[in-house]
Amino acid sequence: MSDVFSFEDYGQLLGLVHNSLIAAVLLGVVGGLVGVFVQMRDMQFAVHGISELSFAGAAAALLLGVNVAVGSVLGSLVAGSLIGVLGVRARDRNSVIGVLMPFGLGLGVLFLALYEGRAANKFGLLTGQVVSVDTVQLGWLSGVSAVVLIGLAVIWRPLTFVSADPEVAAARGLPAGLLSVAFTLLLALAVSLAVQVVGALLVLSLLVTPAAAAFRVTASPVLAPLLSAAFAVTSAVGGILVALGTSVPISPFVTTISFAIYLVCRLLSGRRTRRGWESRHADPVDNSSHMALS
Amino acid sequence: MTSSTGPTAPLTTRGAAVAFGDRVLWSGLELDLAPGEFLAVLGPNGAGKSTFLRAVLGEQALSAGQMSVVGRPPGRGNRSIGYVPQQKALDGATPLRARDLVALGIDGDRFGLRRRRREDRQRVDEALRAVGATAYADAPIGLLSGGEQQRVRIAQALVGDPALLLCDEPLLSLDLRHQRAVSSMIDRRRREHDTAVVFVTHEINPVLDLVDRVLYIAGGRHRLGTPAEVLTSESLSDLYRTPVDVFSVRGRIVVVGTPDHPVEAGRRHDHSHHLERPVAAVHR
Repeated sequence: MSDVFSFEDYGQLLGLVHNSLIAAVLLGVVGGLVGVFVQMRDMQFAVHGISELSFAGAAAALLLGVNVAVGSVLGSLVAGSLIGVLGVRARDRNSVIGVLMPFGLGLGVLFLALYEGRAANKFGLLTGQVVSVDTVQLGWLSGVSAVVLIGLAVIWRPLTFVSADPEVAAARGLPAGLLSVAFTLLLALAVSLAVQVVGALLVLSLLVTPAAAAFRVTASPVLAPLLSAAFAVTSAVGGILVALGTSVPISPFVTTISFAIYLVCRLLSGRRTRRGWESRHADPVDNSSHMALS
Repeated sequence: MTSSTGPTAPLTTRGAAVAFGDRVLWSGLELDLAPGEFLAVLGPNGAGKSTFLRAVLGEQALSAGQMSVVGRPPGRGNRSIGYVPQQKALDGATPLRARDLVALGIDGDRFGLRRRRREDRQRVDEALRAVGATAYADAPIGLLSGGEQQRVRIAQALVGDPALLLCDEPLLSLDLRHQRAVSSMIDRRRREHDTAVVFVTHEINPVLDLVDRVLYIAGGRHRLGTPAEVLTSESLSDLYRTPVDVFSVRGRIVVVGTPDHPVEAGRRHDHSHHLERPVAAVHR
């Protein structure tokens, strides 16, 4: 184990991953907030599907020698548009994703096979390469994060309404289809960020797990996104900090931290449901003596 | 905000009709709903009761005639309408408390982030109090019982101070006590605030004392009038074009002999006060 963990030159290393830490914070905030709607709209499978096409885009960019971030964003947006337009209804959506995902993964594998550069670059797209974030990439990540955060802020409330209460939202004139497409595109951008940091295979750990954990411990529409973002930032930053002292890639640490947070939240929620709302005093109507009327 | 006591009629139709191809759901509908009036929309499943609501909401275009909803043609996003949709259990995983669902009734359709004003929060509290839901205002909606969710939905529909309240089977799957609680809540609202009520139901008995008029839709035709006018053997026999008997038993109305409706075959019928199906089945 001593070969794996070594924190001797930690201070120096920390200076080297400065960019990566900023990227992790950005990704944590974006992933945690987007995850809230992934959870509310049951789009976990879409996250996985988009990440495979994002991987294909990034692999194509690697092969062509252009910016990997651009390739990843383009791949994500293609996937997001297809899913958003073809799969407005949940069942259509899942079959569209099921069809797209293996195709994207296959393309990605093809591009990587044709690529003749460093093997670490190839592996990084699937399992994470955050340590290698350079200033150009960080610029891209920040720009994309800003777009997602602003977009989310604009549609936050209508999207909540449409996701939680579709009938009444439609009666109020909210365009469910447009909101769904808009959110899928924002989700695609968030996925492309995550692919570059934790890799295509582990995107779920930052876009699904933190929000799922937050939903376990709160039903407040303000607290849930804040907790979700905090959990995601903790996982991403924590993963990098631990990985620095090891020879192992960061992704196992990110996924383990985010899973641990989820487990703790589940345990807490078990106690909350047992002692909290389920044992609250009964509905007054149930206690009243209207029995004579029936 | 449109004042509910203003001169505009909550709902007016002139020769209104909805047809899907050759299949006419209803036609020639002439309705002038007065402020504070309680209209029950009755009829077998699939007759076009919910489609009537969808037409008022602007989600279903009329195939003929005109409709005016609080002074406007029907269109999506009319803030003068409160809508209680057919009950569907709200998702347990949704991170919303009862008060948040009600608040969406005020500003759920507004884009952008904006802090809720104090007066909006007060309106939410008042709406929850009016339906007796204060005790579980902070409970996650997914953990509420069907009856509790229904109260919260009514609070959501009323928090915007609508001139017209549309309810689609609001008593479905509620026990008798909750049925009484929910219908008297709606009745109080329309008496105190002059909110007109359109109440789609397949059971008239829980609201029989409250209803001003009945719109009975069946087989592409309709009858409109007071319960005493519409719910008679003569009127319903004419509507169904087959002999139908209407009995009044201890303040309840029992309709016997309506043609069986295939859509209804799968429906649970363990209530003794169903309008048509159980008794009709026995006598078929």
